[in-house]
Amino acid sequence: MHADDEPLHFHPREATALTRRSALGVMAAALALASGACSRPPRERIYPAVGMPEDAPGERPLYYASASVRDGHALGVRIGTQQGRPIKIEGNPLHPSSLGATDVFAQASVLELWDPDRSSAVLQRLGTPRERDARPPAATSSWEAFETMWRGRAARLRAEGGAGLRILTGPVSSPTMRAQLAGLLERLPRARWHQHWPLRDVAADAGARAAFGQPVQTVLHLERARCIVALAADPFSDGPGAVRNALDWSTGRDADRNGGGELARLFAAEVGPGLFGARADVRVALPPARIDALVRRLAARIVDGSRRDGNLVAAPAELAFETALVAALASAGSDAVIVPGAALAAESHAAIHAIHQRIGASGRTIDLVAPLAMASEAGSLAELVEAIADGAVDTLLVVDANPLYDAPAALDIAGAFAKVRTTIHAGLYRDETAHASTWHLPLSHDCERWGDALAHDGSATLVQPAIAPLYATRSATELLALVGGDEERDGHRLVQRQWRAHAGGGDFDAWWQESLRRGVVAGGAAAPLALTPRTPSVGRPADDAPTPRDDLVAVFAADPSAHDGRFANNAWLQELPRPHTKLTWDNALLLGPATATMQQLQTGDVVRATIDGRALEAPVWVSAMHAEGVLTLPLGYGRRDAGRVGNGVGFDAYRVRPTDAATAHARIERLHRRHDFAVTQHTISQSGRDLARTVAPGERIADPGLDHASLYPRSTSPEHAWAMAIDLDACIGCNACTIACQAENNIPTVGKDEVIKGREMHWIRVDRYETPDVAGSIFQPVPCMHCERAPCELVCPVGATVHDAEGLNVQVYNRCVGTRFCSNNCPYKVRRFNFLQWVDRETESLKGQRNPNVTVRQRGVMEKCSYCLQRIARARQHAQTTGEPIADGDVVTACQAVCPTRAIRFGDLHDTQSDVVRARTSPRHYALLGELNTRPRTTYLARIAAKTEPKS
Amino acid sequence: MPQVFSRRSALVVKLVLVGIGAAFVAVVVAGGVWREHWVQALGQPVEQPIPFSHKHHVGDDGIDCRYCHTTVETSRHAGLPSTHICLTCHSQLYRDAAMLRPLHESERTGTPIAWRRVHDLPDFVFFDHSVHVAKGVGCVECHGRVDQMALTWRAQPLQMQWCLACHRDPAPRLRPPSQVFDMASVAPGGDEGRRLAATLHIESTRRLTDCSTCHR
Repeated sequence: MHADDEPLHFHPREATALTRRSALGVMAAALALASGACSRPPRERIYPAVGMPEDAPGERPLYYASASVRDGHALGVRIGTQQGRPIKIEGNPLHPSSLGATDVFAQASVLELWDPDRSSAVLQRLGTPRERDARPPAATSSWEAFETMWRGRAARLRAEGGAGLRILTGPVSSPTMRAQLAGLLERLPRARWHQHWPLRDVAADAGARAAFGQPVQTVLHLERARCIVALAADPFSDGPGAVRNALDWSTGRDADRNGGGELARLFAAEVGPGLFGARADVRVALPPARIDALVRRLAARIVDGSRRDGNLVAAPAELAFETALVAALASAGSDAVIVPGAALAAESHAAIHAIHQRIGASGRTIDLVAPLAMASEAGSLAELVEAIADGAVDTLLVVDANPLYDAPAALDIAGAFAKVRTTIHAGLYRDETAHASTWHLPLSHDCERWGDALAHDGSATLVQPAIAPLYATRSATELLALVGGDEERDGHRLVQRQWRAHAGGGDFDAWWQESLRRGVVAGGAAAPLALTPRTPSVGRPADDAPTPRDDLVAVFAADPSAHDGRFANNAWLQELPRPHTKLTWDNALLLGPATATMQQLQTGDVVRATIDGRALEAPVWVSAMHAEGVLTLPLGYGRRDAGRVGNGVGFDAYRVRPTDAATAHARIERLHRRHDFAVTQHTISQSGRDLARTVAPGERIADPGLDHASLYPRSTSPEHAWAMAIDLDACIGCNACTIACQAENNIPTVGKDEVIKGREMHWIRVDRYETPDVAGSIFQPVPCMHCERAPCELVCPVGATVHDAEGLNVQVYNRCVGTRFCSNNCPYKVRRFNFLQWVDRETESLKGQRNPNVTVRQRGVMEKCSYCLQRIARARQHAQTTGEPIADGDVVTACQAVCPTRAIRFGDLHDTQSDVVRARTSPRHYALLGELNTRPRTTYLARIAAKTEPKS
Repeated sequence: MPQVFSRRSALVVKLVLVGIGAAFVAVVVAGGVWREHWVQALGQPVEQPIPFSHKHHVGDDGIDCRYCHTTVETSRHAGLPSTHICLTCHSQLYRDAAMLRPLHESERTGTPIAWRRVHDLPDFVFFDHSVHVAKGVGCVECHGRVDQMALTWRAQPLQMQWCLACHRDPAPRLRPPSQVFDMASVAPGGDEGRRLAATLHIESTRRLTDCSTCHR
C-alpha cells in the first residue's frame, strides 16, 4: 500500500525486473506445473430429492396458472417451470385478458424473479440523513426486528385510533388486499389509505365525473366494432386490456377476411406513433389541443346534430381525416367505438361518453365498469404530501410504489418523506423510495406468492406461486396481515380465507382446485354499469386552446419498454427495440420533423427542455410520424436506484413533470451536444425492394417467389417438413415474439455499446417499414427463413450449419469455428454471432432462468432461430414413446405461443390440413426476397392495404 | 572434401531421429490409452457417499431398474431414487448399518445425498432415456452388466462415434420391449433385429444421424 502523499512510480524497468532468461524460466515452470496438474475434470454430483415432489420433475415443463400483476390488474399467465424453476411465462388461454397471449412485460417479469439486484433482505436505516440528498447508512436487518418494532408501534396506533398512520400503495384490485385494507381502516379509523399511480389518466377520471358523476373504467369489445377510433390513445399497448384488444381486433379482422366481408375501419389521430396508429386505415398526427377540437366538432355533429364547424383552422389532412371519420362512424352505427387517451382534455372524455351513448355503442362495443384498481375511498399522493406538511403523519407505509422516483416534481416528495418519523417501504427492489425510508422490506415476486387481482374486465384471477420465495421475502398480503395484526400470516391461507365466502357453499377445496387450475374464478367479470351521461356542454364550438407562439406542448407517456420505470432494471426490455424508433437502452424526446427544422434540431441533438421552471437535458429523436408543436417525453428512465442494469439509463422525465396530468407547456433550447443512440434498424425505407408487401383487398400476389428453376438439388423432408407463415396483416409490432424467443432460447443481452456495433442477439427481430400503401407502418417479424436452398450452408468451411431431415437449417455450435461466412452470405441477416462471452456464467441466480433444453452458447459461435428445435424434439419424443403421431398444433414455437394477434403459424407442410398449409394457399402468400430462390420455409402473408378513400 | 560427420556420428543422428519418431508415436498411443482409461475411467468403480451395490440390489435381490429409476420410461433423465425410495426398504432393513448413516442423515436433515455422477454426457448433448427404452434399447447396451457391479462404473466410452455406431445401424442392438430391463438378455440381431426395427418404428438412419437429433 502506498500512503496517499507518496508519489507512485511506473517505470517498466524498475517495476518488473524480468529479463528474457527469467521470463523463459517462469514459462517453463508454468508449463511443468500445468502438466503436473493434469487430471480429468472433477466428477459432477447428483442431488436427488429427499422426498419425491408431487409431480416428478422430468424435462417436460410444468405450467402453473397464475397472473402477472401490473398497474394493479392481472394478466392471466401460465408460468412454465423446468425442474422446479420458473423459466418462461406464457399466456393463460382461459383468462379473459390473455386468451393465451401475453405482452412483453409479463414475459420479461421472469427475468425480474432471478434478477441478482432484487431486494433480498430487510434494511433498516441507521441515523438520520444530514442533507436531503445524502444517502443515509443502512444495515441489513430481519423481519423479526421489523415485527418487534411494529408491535410497539401498533399498540400506540391502536390506542390512538390509527392517528398518524398512512398507507401508500399503487393501484390495487386484489380483493384480498382491499378487504385487508378496509378491515385495517375500520379498526384504525384515523389512519388513511392513499394511492399513487404515475400513469393514472386524470383527464379520463375528470371526464367520467363530468359525464356520470363518478369515475368509470372502460372495457372494449373490439371484435364487434366496425369502426375503431383512437384519439391520442393506443388501445393495443395502453391499459390492462391491451392484449385482449389486439386479439379481439385480430379475431374480427380474420373473420372478415375469411368471410370476404368489409374489414373494420381503423382511425387514429395520435400525437406520437403508437401500435394502433401503425395499423390504422386513416391516420393523422395532431397535437392534443387539435384532437380536443376534433372531438368537440364530432360531439357537436353527433350529439347535438349541429353541422356548424366553428372557426375551424385545420390542415387538409386533418379535414380529410375528419370527413372520412364522420362517414365511417355514420355507416358503422352502434358498431363503433372511440378510445380517448390521457393527453386529451377532460371535456373530450366526457364528450366521447356522450357520443357512445348517442350512437348506441354503450353495452355493445364498450362497457363501463366501476374502477377496478383505484379506490374512491383512497386519497391521492398530493393529499398525503399535504397531510405530511400539516404534521399529521407519523408512520408511513409504502407498499409496492416508488413515489420518490415517479411522483411529479412539484410535490417535493423527498422533502415530505424526510418529515415523517417512520417510513416503511415494501418493494421488489431497493429503489429510490427504499433508500429514503427508515425501513425497507423485500416483497415476493408474482412467481413466488399467493394472491389475487382483477382482470381488465373485472374477472377475479388467482396468483399462484411456481416456486417458494428465493429470499426472505413476503407478499404484500402477508405484510398487510402483519401490519393489521392479523392472527393468520400465511399468504396461502389469507387468500383462501378471502375466497371461502365467495365459493358459494359446496365443496370449497374442489372449487379452489378448479379455480387454481383455470387461474381465473368462474363467473367473476364485473357487471357493466348502466349509466346515462349528462348532456355535455359541447354545443358551442370553442376556439382552439390558445398556445403561446414558441411554446410546445409536452406529453408524458409510458415507455414501450420501461413502462413507468418499474422495468428499468430488466435487460431484456432495455435491449428490446422500441416498436417505432428501434431504439434500445435509451429514451428520447420525440419531435415532429417541422418542429425539429424550426428549432434546427436533428436526431441525436441534445436539448434542454424547460417545463414550469424545471429543466431537463434530453436527446432528440425526430420522428416523421410525430405531431408538430408537441414533444413526447417517455417516462421510466433516468433511474437512480433501479439496479446495475437500469441506473442512469436515459433521462428522467418525472423531474420536470408538474402534475399528474399527461400534458404541460414546455420550451426547448438546443445545447450543441450530440448523443449516440443504439438503434437496431437504420432505415425505414425498403429501398425499392418489396420486402413487407401489401395487397389491395381481394387481390392476389402475382409472383410469390417460391419456386424458380435451380441447379442445386432439392432437399427432401420425408417425414415432417416444418414451416412457418407470418401474417403481416395481423402483426401489430408489439415485440412479444422477440421477448418470448429471448426467454425460451437463452439469448443474452449485449448492452448499449455492442448494439451500436450491430451485435444484438435477437433471433427474431421485428422490422418496421413505411410505405405509401399504408397510413402507418408495416411491421415484419424476421426469424431464420430455414431456406431449403440455404446460402449459409454452402459457405461454411466446417459444416457447422446443415440441413436436417425435417428441413430445418440447424446450427451445430460445437462445429462452429466462428468464420462468420454464413452470416455474410445470409440475405436475411438473421444470424447472430457471439463476439464476446455475452452469457453471464458467474451470477448464480441468473442460471435459474435458463432453459435446460437449449444449449447456452459461448463466445465465438454463430447462432440463430432454430424453429424452437427443443419444442419439436419434445413433441417427437412424446410421439416416439407413445406411438401417437405428431398432430397439427403439437409443436408451438415460443413466438407463436405468445402472439396477441395470432400472426405466426407453424406446422408441417406434409399435413394438408395444417394451419400453415392453409396459410400458404392464401392469395396473400409470398416469400421474402423470393427472387433469390432460397425457397424459404418461413413465408409471409401480405398486409391488406387500406381501401383508398374516394376524393371528396 | 572430407565428411563432416563420421560414420559413427551419422548413425547416432539417425538413431536420434528414429527415436524422436518413436517417441511421438508412443505419446500419441499413450495419450489415447490415457484418455480411454483415465479420463473416461472405463471399468473403474466410482466411490460413492454410500457404497451402493447394484450387484446386490439387482443381481441378488432382483429389483427392477424402474423401481428406483422411476422416470426412465417417461423422461429424458432416468432419475436417481429419492431418499424416501431407499427408505421404503431401509427403514426396516439394515437400519443400523454404518454405511447407511448418510441415508438416515439425509432423511433427518432433509438434505439430499450427494452421489457422484458416473455417466456424464456433455451439456450440449440432449440424450433421452424414454425414447431409447421405448425403442428397445436395453439398459445393458450403454450401462453394461450393472447387475455384476459392486460399485458402479462406466462400461462404455459414451463418445459421439460410439453413439453414432448404433444410430447408423440400430438393428443389431435392439431387443424386444419385454427384455429391455433384463440385464442377462442378449440382443438377437440378424433378421430378428431387422424385424424389431420395423415393428418398433425405428426412424430412418438419416433422421437418426441428423445433428438436430441430439444437439440443439
